[in-house]
Amino acid sequence: MTEAIVPPEHHYLNDGYSARSWLLTTDHKRIAVLYLLTITFFFAVGGVAATIIRLELLTPAGDLVQSETYNKLFSIHGIIMVFFFLLPVIPSVLGNFLVPIMIGARDLAFPKLNLASWYVFWIGGLFTLWAVVVGGVDTGWTFYTPFSSVYTNTYVIATAAGVMIAGFSSIFTGLNFIVTIHKMRAPGLTWFRLPLFIWSMYATSVIMVLGTPVLAITLTLLALERLTHVGVFDPKIGGDPLLFQHLFWFYSHPAVYIMVLPAMGVVSELVTCFSRKKIFGYKAIAYSSMAIALFGFLVWGHHMFVSGQSVYAAVVFSMLSFLVALPSAVKVFNWTATLYKGSITFNTPLLYALGFIGLFTIGGLTGLFLATLAADVHLHDTYFVIAHFHYIMVGGTVMAYLGGLHFWWPKITGRMYPEVWARLSAIGIFIGFNLTFFPQYILGLQGMPRRYHVYPEEFQVLNVLSSAGASILAVAYAFPITYLLWSLKYGAIAPANPWNAVGLEWETTSPPPTHNFIEQPVVDHEAYNYAAPAQDSPQPIALESTAS
Amino acid sequence: MTSPTSQASTSHTQSHSATGHLPPVAMQFDDALQQHDACRLGMWLFLSTELMLFGGLFLAYTIFRIAHADVFAEASQHVAPGWATVMTALLLTSSLTMALAVQAVRDGLHRRATVCLLLTMLLGGGFIGIKLHEYHSLYAEHLAPLFGWPFGYSGQQDASLAKMFFVLYFFMTGLHALHMVIGISLLCWIMVAMIRKRDARRWSTAAEMVGLYWHFVDLVWVFLFPLLYLIRPDKWF
Repeated sequence: MTEAIVPPEHHYLNDGYSARSWLLTTDHKRIAVLYLLTITFFFAVGGVAATIIRLELLTPAGDLVQSETYNKLFSIHGIIMVFFFLLPVIPSVLGNFLVPIMIGARDLAFPKLNLASWYVFWIGGLFTLWAVVVGGVDTGWTFYTPFSSVYTNTYVIATAAGVMIAGFSSIFTGLNFIVTIHKMRAPGLTWFRLPLFIWSMYATSVIMVLGTPVLAITLTLLALERLTHVGVFDPKIGGDPLLFQHLFWFYSHPAVYIMVLPAMGVVSELVTCFSRKKIFGYKAIAYSSMAIALFGFLVWGHHMFVSGQSVYAAVVFSMLSFLVALPSAVKVFNWTATLYKGSITFNTPLLYALGFIGLFTIGGLTGLFLATLAADVHLHDTYFVIAHFHYIMVGGTVMAYLGGLHFWWPKITGRMYPEVWARLSAIGIFIGFNLTFFPQYILGLQGMPRRYHVYPEEFQVLNVLSSAGASILAVAYAFPITYLLWSLKYGAIAPANPWNAVGLEWETTSPPPTHNFIEQPVVDHEAYNYAAPAQDSPQPIALESTAS
Repeated sequence: MTSPTSQASTSHTQSHSATGHLPPVAMQFDDALQQHDACRLGMWLFLSTELMLFGGLFLAYTIFRIAHADVFAEASQHVAPGWATVMTALLLTSSLTMALAVQAVRDGLHRRATVCLLLTMLLGGGFIGIKLHEYHSLYAEHLAPLFGWPFGYSGQQDASLAKMFFVLYFFMTGLHALHMVIGISLLCWIMVAMIRKRDARRWSTAAEMVGLYWHFVDLVWVFLFPLLYLIRPDKWF
């Protein structure tokens, strides 16, 4: 493998260069690349809003933007980041690329539906961007009624329509993954030989398929109330405002697991590869993914402890919320047990994975504070909540996404990224992230409410720290965008298996051919067969001979 | 480009030959059986999303039905349970013809399949026709609170709450009718495609999937009918 590495002659990237060959492609790998570009764009849009928010919060006075503008800024930041970045990011980019390859299939079950999902995603995105450009929306990403349905004069319907349409792209993706994983696994690839990334994609897809339609109907009812002035959610004319919150969180709490379950799948792959050890407790991790998907549907009421729902309901929701912590903790223990006595190499993907484990643990444990009824009454709607979910979403999902993107970058593009720069930026992101969001826990405990752009002076030091951290974070995020683009032309040519990892995706060329494998792979062993240290590559089945 | 497909499908040596003109097998599948199974699972998953979609709506309806029981009972006397009964009969019959159509397509009985599909479309069209008649008579009574149309409710109960019944009525039956229209379009597509290719079996999977969808839409109506029409029926037509 140390001889001169020759890229494969035919692969999915040089199979046609026309715009048509990209825009009308049904190849899951090309659609993943289209999603990668799209998602990065939306990340930048959401990031610009975040930047202005952090700049405004540098001083206690509201001197950069007005209240109305500030409300629109945090709404846009939340809506874009949740619905157009965090929800689709890992399933649509890494999942799209990897699911068929990891199970030894030539494509997803419904390739046209897959392409359609990308177009539907863009239609939803354009609705939302249009709403942002013509005047914005100021309801927050949660669209709480009756403010959103009766009082606000901003572009609620356009934004809600955008979110709803984007939801259908998520349904398409989830449906495709479930069918593909059920029906198209390679010969010999039984359920308990599947990579854990596939298990987490499966669990995620179940939530996507069952949860997203409820969001669609909720937002439609919201639009209906706005259009017909009939009391669906407005209590003044006979509606029920809590109904909106119940329906919204019935989707939006499981949606949190749509964001974090794929990240857990990525981390499972990274940890086992870079500690050169079979993963600890394979079945426990697989089952815990399914448990999270199941419990995730039963805890939505913990968003509504102070909304006036029944106290008994609140107690039950609180208990169930603690239950979700169990499968999450099972995973963290399994990852650390995998690292224990492994022969660890600190490559960039593992740095991100370790960052994930630490930050997710902090985010998860502070989640328990919020699941505790009495504590939540104090912490509800403060910066503590903001810090908590950013630790899960940014510290968790984004870290894992970047780790996975680096790990599979050679497979996706056929080029290696520059390792030194990548390690520096991984460390920069970790430092910047903590500096941004840790002060927000303290701010929240001291009582600073979310969604305010004017605050008492005693909060300024922590806010300045947070904004300073955000600037480090912004620079650190700019790094990968730059050097990954650079690597497309100047990066070293990637071998088929640069990490010496196991898994079907490493048995095909980098980049893979259009139909993924030259020969149909057959699987006769369990996943993560890192056990035998003498043998540094576990039986490359198909391509090694043809590639070199 | 084609070589991996053919190689892979030979490694899985099943079906293909026995039943003649099955639907063409797409590149990503090994054989017709796998393709058919995948389509069927995909359709059931899609129907489960539909179930969740209508489920949210039924939940909202139930809450308001309980909260404003008397209002809904009185307002529901303005819709016509007699017509709805006829519609229910049409739709249930269409499920029978749909099931016969699927079987006929699978058996390659071209003529019978065409007739059954046509009957299904006619029954579905009859349903939509009566539905439109009903919408129109509610509009004429000023009971259609949509698009800024005049709304005037004269009853014992609060008019703004009665409006909620009618908005939910139009929204639920409208969403259902939209599904019907999509179903009829799909049937039309299969029938035209079948007539043009003169080969029924190629469409067996497609017909089965549309059949599942059709039965599901049927089932939604079975719940809508009692919820909206049979609260306290007063006049039937």
